[in-house]
Amino acid sequence: MERSSPSRGARPSRSARSEESVSRGEGLALGRARLFISRNLGGYLFLLPALFIFALFVWYPLVLGFKLSFQSVDMINPAIWVGWANYQKVLADPLFGVAWHNTLTFTGYALLFGYLVPLVLALLINEMRHGKALFRLAFYLPVMLPPIVTAFLWLWLYNADFGLINALLQAVHLPGGLWLENQSTALPALVVVATWGAAGSTMLIYLAALQGVPASLYEAAEIDGSNLWQRIWHITLPTIRPIMLLMLVLQIIATMQVFTEPFTITGGGPNNATLTVLILIYRYTFQDAEFGEASALGVILFLVLAVFALIYMRMTSRLMEAD
Amino acid sequence: MAMFTLRRRRPPRLEESFERTLVSPLVLTHPGARAIYWSVFALLLLSTLITFGPLYWMFSSALKSSIEIFQSPPTIWPLHPAWSNYSNAWSVLQYPLYFGNTLILAAGAVILQLLVSATAAFSLSKLRPAGKNIIQFVFFSTLMVPPVVYLIPQFVNISDLPLIHVSLINNWAGVWLPEAASALNILILKSFFDTIPTELTDAARLDGASPWQLFSRIILPLSRPALAVVTIFTVVASWKDFLWPLLVLFNPEVQPLSVAIYHEAGINSNFPLPFNYLMAGLVLASIPPILLFLLFQRQIIRGINLTGLRG
Repeated sequence: MERSSPSRGARPSRSARSEESVSRGEGLALGRARLFISRNLGGYLFLLPALFIFALFVWYPLVLGFKLSFQSVDMINPAIWVGWANYQKVLADPLFGVAWHNTLTFTGYALLFGYLVPLVLALLINEMRHGKALFRLAFYLPVMLPPIVTAFLWLWLYNADFGLINALLQAVHLPGGLWLENQSTALPALVVVATWGAAGSTMLIYLAALQGVPASLYEAAEIDGSNLWQRIWHITLPTIRPIMLLMLVLQIIATMQVFTEPFTITGGGPNNATLTVLILIYRYTFQDAEFGEASALGVILFLVLAVFALIYMRMTSRLMEAD
Repeated sequence: MAMFTLRRRRPPRLEESFERTLVSPLVLTHPGARAIYWSVFALLLLSTLITFGPLYWMFSSALKSSIEIFQSPPTIWPLHPAWSNYSNAWSVLQYPLYFGNTLILAAGAVILQLLVSATAAFSLSKLRPAGKNIIQFVFFSTLMVPPVVYLIPQFVNISDLPLIHVSLINNWAGVWLPEAASALNILILKSFFDTIPTELTDAARLDGASPWQLFSRIILPLSRPALAVVTIFTVVASWKDFLWPLLVLFNPEVQPLSVAIYHEAGINSNFPLPFNYLMAGLVLASIPPILLFLLFQRQIIRGINLTGLRG
């Protein structure tokens, strides 16, 4: 591309060969510019809608977030620059530590409950010669439900007096619990809801990845006398390891944004036991009208997530590579 | 059980070996291995109760009377199934309005996202203008930035757009436009467009086809599977969306189903719905996405493969 352009760009200047060398150079530049435009204009025009939307609704708000975090904004009075005051206020808020503790605990539990379950399910379902479609459907179905449905359904299941969970426990003579009202069980109870609603999608990704494990490797290993565990450990898991790592990072990023479950099921309670970072951002904004503080907390969340995003970026660098 | 064993008894054919997994078909002809296979099968079948159970409970609770639903121990199937709960929930929750709003939000999201993502993906894949690599990097790097980190600035942005000073609060466009910036859609479509041979587009270009003709006559018709995948994923995401519509649409007239249910029945609601009506409402809200999955299972699974997660 680059190499051919000078010779082609020289063409319009050929007619002006008799004139002075200055205008010749100008003509050459003009021709080159014209060629550049005719080559690329279509490409740029097709990029225009996306560039416009991304500029206005991704890059601008990102920059705006940093700006707002240094301002006092209540959407009524004009904004005032306040320096680091928002950050100081956010860091001094006793709920800051509570929210981060809850969010990280949620992420920890979510990995504990939700990281291996989809993998094991996918490994087992992939071996099934019957009912594969049924199992896939059964475990993926909750993913399709609107989160508000999942939330209210589990609110009902967890109901201390009339819920299914306590009724089942009672049937086998085990004590029920005040799952959502108890400070120590509320957060794990929400992790169960979130895992129930999301595990199916990770499972489908693993199922797709398992299709990529070459059967010849299994056959060769079997001829060499390896047993089932050795095959899982030395063939299956190494083959899908990139995806397992990717899922780990994605799951961390996703669970650190947890909002819907605590917001709709417990409202952040009891006694802030399920208050997450995002709920705190919501409260700053819509209860206190402190957009600056909310933005400062948003920037902090951004910085924390950026660490994981960078890891994710390195893993998917193949996707980002220029071709 | 007997039927399955009968079917298994036929000798393992050679062709089957190409789709073998961890366990070879040959091993499964041994009685011991078969016993393990069927116990794993039974275990999986039992664990489907973890998802089917709550769904069944939602469905059956929706059929109970307001007395029976608070009965302890609960009945597994209602004594007198009250199908009228569904029609009552339909009218009490104003479903025609909210279903309509949800559909409009989904339709607008699909149109706008396809328009924005397909044009950009086409340019990056086939027109490849100068500086394409930088532009591509700038788009795809937003994959790493979850929208919640700029939730509040986005809200400020929407309520007073720069330069034109228009507020999109309580406006569907306030939901459609931010959603249209989807780097994932561009990625899916671009990787599909990349599989369309360049010879095809080059030949058309030599015949004098304009970029628009290339796009509309060649690329789009050949990309129906990928467009279908993006459409389905967009509809599902739009149907599941909660936080952003909750912030932007506080006028009940324009709210989608999920936000309306939250306001009608949430813990902040002044007049909580009777539980049996709420359950019926939840069932009604789940039927469209479940139908969507049953109808488009193949496309959804293909979409998961298309996103390049196969490694």
